[in-house]
Amino acid sequence: MSWIDFFRGKRKEPASAAAAKERLQIVLAHERIGRTREDFLPKLQQELVAVVARYVAIDPGKVNVNLDRGGDMSTLAIEIELPAPAAMRVAAQAR
Amino acid sequence: MAQVVVVTSGKGGVGKTTSSAAFATGLAQRGKKTVVIDFDVGLRNLDLIMGVERRVVFDIVNVIQGEARLNQALIRDKRVETLSILPASQTRDKDALTKEGVQKIIEELAKEFDYILCDSPAGIEKGALLALYFADQAIVVTNPEVSSVRDSDRILGVLQSRSKRAEEKRDPVKEHLLVTRFDPARVERGEMLKLEDIQEILSIPLLGVIPESESVLRASNTGTPVIMDGESNAGQAYADAVARFLGEEKPHRFLEPERKGLFKRLFGGRAA
Ligand SMILES: Nc1ncnc2c1ncn2[C@@H]1O[C@H](COP(=O)(O)OP(=O)(O)OP(=O)(O)O)[C@@H](O)[C@H]1O
Ligand SMILES: [Mg+2]
Repeated sequence: MSWIDFFRGKRKEPASAAAAKERLQIVLAHERIGRTREDFLPKLQQELVAVVARYVAIDPGKVNVNLDRGGDMSTLAIEIELPAPAAMRVAAQAR
Repeated sequence: MAQVVVVTSGKGGVGKTTSSAAFATGLAQRGKKTVVIDFDVGLRNLDLIMGVERRVVFDIVNVIQGEARLNQALIRDKRVETLSILPASQTRDKDALTKEGVQKIIEELAKEFDYILCDSPAGIEKGALLALYFADQAIVVTNPEVSSVRDSDRILGVLQSRSKRAEEKRDPVKEHLLVTRFDPARVERGEMLKLEDIQEILSIPLLGVIPESESVLRASNTGTPVIMDGESNAGQAYADAVARFLGEEKPHRFLEPERKGLFKRLFGGRAA
């Protein structure tokens, strides 16, 4: 903070514009890919659930897909709640 | 009973998304289970203002088209527990929204949430009409400027004729006026419409006045709804408006220009 800023009564704050730029770069990088290619997430999820359902009786409502887009790396976490062991055995026998 | 609240304006760029984010966060901070829906399909921005843009997996169109469950598309806010966001689609256009689809979503949300806020796109076409169709209450965002006031009047007409409540001839949608980007100094100099003038012309109850403030840009840069900036005048004005919305009495603030001391007048210094 220079002395002139001091006299202007400015508080020293982290420049928020830098945060804005970084956020935009990340989100736009992902969106630009999406423009040329069809969004694969809905299909990916459907297929994954179908595969898991072949082995375990799952409630499709208990499938959670979480995404965290990053600059270098994104993580996709798919959380599938499995039924209690008893229910699983029943499901396996039913097949 | 869940309340459906549309944040609308007719005119673009007056502060609907800023206000939706602030109101949703404010209601949730007060313990209300709140979800805010972005109806601006094709131009989503609420995710950025709420700071959840990296976490969007599915959107409202995916839900309507049966590609994802509502629960999967809802983004739970990490700062305020009772707050969720339903993003708009960025890749499709407004025709992907259907009245039946939106109705199903709202009915399902009504089971879990106290308040369902709908951030309307600008204009009076499909997206805006769908955003207001199911509303019980409307927050009409208006700037102290002729074209904004005229468009607000237009949207009030639409609320009174084309909302579900109007079509079914039930009690009308409850209307609230939210004046934003209010610059007291310019009003004092006669460059901007006075608050009384806007009220007189639109004649709906005043919910709040949000001053023009640098804190709004700072908030959007970092993806933090401005109401979380409790030191800023805009943040405080939004908190007051939320309190009034919930029935509390609060005097209006920030209506007069800040009287700067000699020191500040000499050296500049800006409103937080
Ligand atoms: N009180 C305020 N003080 C200063 N700037 C503001 C204020 N409210 C909103 N803005 C700025 O005005 C611009 C438009 O705001 P916002 O996106 O909330 O409007 P909108 O009505 O949702 O726009 P659209 O019609 O495009 O959806 C943004 O740059 C925002 O930062
Ligand atoms: Mg908007």
